[in-house]
Amino acid sequence: MGIVDDRLQVDIAGGLQLNNPIMTASGTFGYGNEFSNFVDLDRLGAIIVKGISLKPRPGNPPPRIVETSCGMLNAIGLENVGLDNFISEKMPFLRKIKAPVIVNILGDSLEEYQTLSEKLNDTSGISAIEVNISCPNVKRGGVAFGTDPAMVFQVTESVKSRTSRPVIVKLSPNVTDITATAQAAEDGGADAISLINTLLGMAVDHRARRPRLANIVGGLSGPAIKPVALRMVWQAANVVRIPVIGIGGIMTVEDVLEFMIAGASAVQIGTANLIEPDTTEKVLDGLLDYVEQNGGRPIREIIGTLQTG
Amino acid sequence: MMPFKCNAEVRGNEKITGDIWRLTLEVPALARVASPGQFVMAKGSKGSGPPLWRRPLSIHQVLDDARIQLLIKVVGPGTEFIAGRRPGETISLVGPLGRGFVLPEQSGNVCIVGGGVGTAPLFYLTSRLLGGSVKPESVKVFLGGATATDIMVLAKDFKALGAPVEIATDDGSAGYHGLVTELLNRLEPGKSWRVYSCGPHPMMKTVALYCLDRQWPCQVSLETLMACGISACLGCAVPGRGPTGLAGGGGYLHVCKEGPVFEAGEVAWEL
Repeated sequence: MGIVDDRLQVDIAGGLQLNNPIMTASGTFGYGNEFSNFVDLDRLGAIIVKGISLKPRPGNPPPRIVETSCGMLNAIGLENVGLDNFISEKMPFLRKIKAPVIVNILGDSLEEYQTLSEKLNDTSGISAIEVNISCPNVKRGGVAFGTDPAMVFQVTESVKSRTSRPVIVKLSPNVTDITATAQAAEDGGADAISLINTLLGMAVDHRARRPRLANIVGGLSGPAIKPVALRMVWQAANVVRIPVIGIGGIMTVEDVLEFMIAGASAVQIGTANLIEPDTTEKVLDGLLDYVEQNGGRPIREIIGTLQTG
Repeated sequence: MMPFKCNAEVRGNEKITGDIWRLTLEVPALARVASPGQFVMAKGSKGSGPPLWRRPLSIHQVLDDARIQLLIKVVGPGTEFIAGRRPGETISLVGPLGRGFVLPEQSGNVCIVGGGVGTAPLFYLTSRLLGGSVKPESVKVFLGGATATDIMVLAKDFKALGAPVEIATDDGSAGYHGLVTELLNRLEPGKSWRVYSCGPHPMMKTVALYCLDRQWPCQVSLETLMACGISACLGCAVPGRGPTGLAGGGGYLHVCKEGPVFEAGEVAWEL
């Protein structure tokens, strides 16, 4: 089904128009090929691949995951194939997909973010870059960038200066004031912001008196975090003029509508992909039904229509 | 074979012991393609949960070109839900998943070492081995359980396949009083054995090291926590050996993708 339905189209970043607002969240959709038998990848609004670092990363020791009430904790440790392998092994498959491909990048230093941005700028078939400044799993990782507005500004500005592609900055929820980091990303030149990344959490085995994750702490995702995500999307959308992409526990089309009403121009589906690998396409079908049932009005008309009066 | 999502209809549900159940499912698309050692991710809840995750379950037997069997030990609400499905109900599966056992091309001596519910995938394996190049008299099946009731039904099923079975129990209520791995000493030392094992991790470690010492080919089926089963989350990592493994300067193996069956030498057992 390659027919474009303009009633589902949304604009997200630097002139990038998506055929629909349904994207995949980085780290829950592999490099796309893992899902080719479950989803018609061509139909998706965009595919965001697993976070890429300059060098391959082996990830954290196990156990890496824990199931929690309505969610999960992960401390995968940003395991990925590294930039060169990504370009040589993963991009040939991704280039054949009609959906825009967005590459999520992560680094230990400003220089790493800059090098990644430059090299990806020279790679064909990439529609935008998403900057992970918030993953809480790696000790030397992005947590310092994501929680300090000055550093958010700096990373955003350096990535922007090295690429002509639209730049999405993915915000950490592990802050007191999300509007400060949202504003910093916009000031740094971000074309869009996406939020939220996982919330820092932990789980304890009371019998062994040990943490359930080898990394002790990890990132919480899934339906458990949806109310926090909705609140932050709404707060951020109230202060920035750039598009906001909502992430956090989306499982159904109703969840998508809630995020869009709160101010999101598009959404990313994450943890749900792990449980029902065809979630994105099911939600997309549901969104089309919603449009049909509401007089065929374009879906973009509901963005930011929350009535608070 | 690329994995797919499907609904399986429950045709039978048999209680094996106190907390172990055997489901017979009609799911031709899977039955026709699943090989021994592969697994499925079964949904452990009605609607959207909880619990959130699917549960990884190895394929216990393929009865014909339409029906498969799963062996389920109830350890929490997810497995309780799956084990509680009655004939006529359906259950959502994703599969077939993972890399299964490699069957020998020629006849030879084969030893199967199973512990408790970990015996599940070894039953399909054994029936395929005996249906192929392996003769019943060159097979030894060692099964371990905490008590006799844990393992007697499964032992009977293996015997019905024509395989000689020896049992070990922790409490001595049946067979050898001790660990199933101690039965390995009963194998004739002059011969070479091809060993297949699945069970608790310490048991498999002992089996793997025993075989590596003797340079016997050995395959183990590992179990880990798993969120997706389709190599998207990378949560099911185990330390690997060799140039691509952690112990060799590389990284982790993923039980859902490179496994669940590994050659004993692929796993960094000491880490």
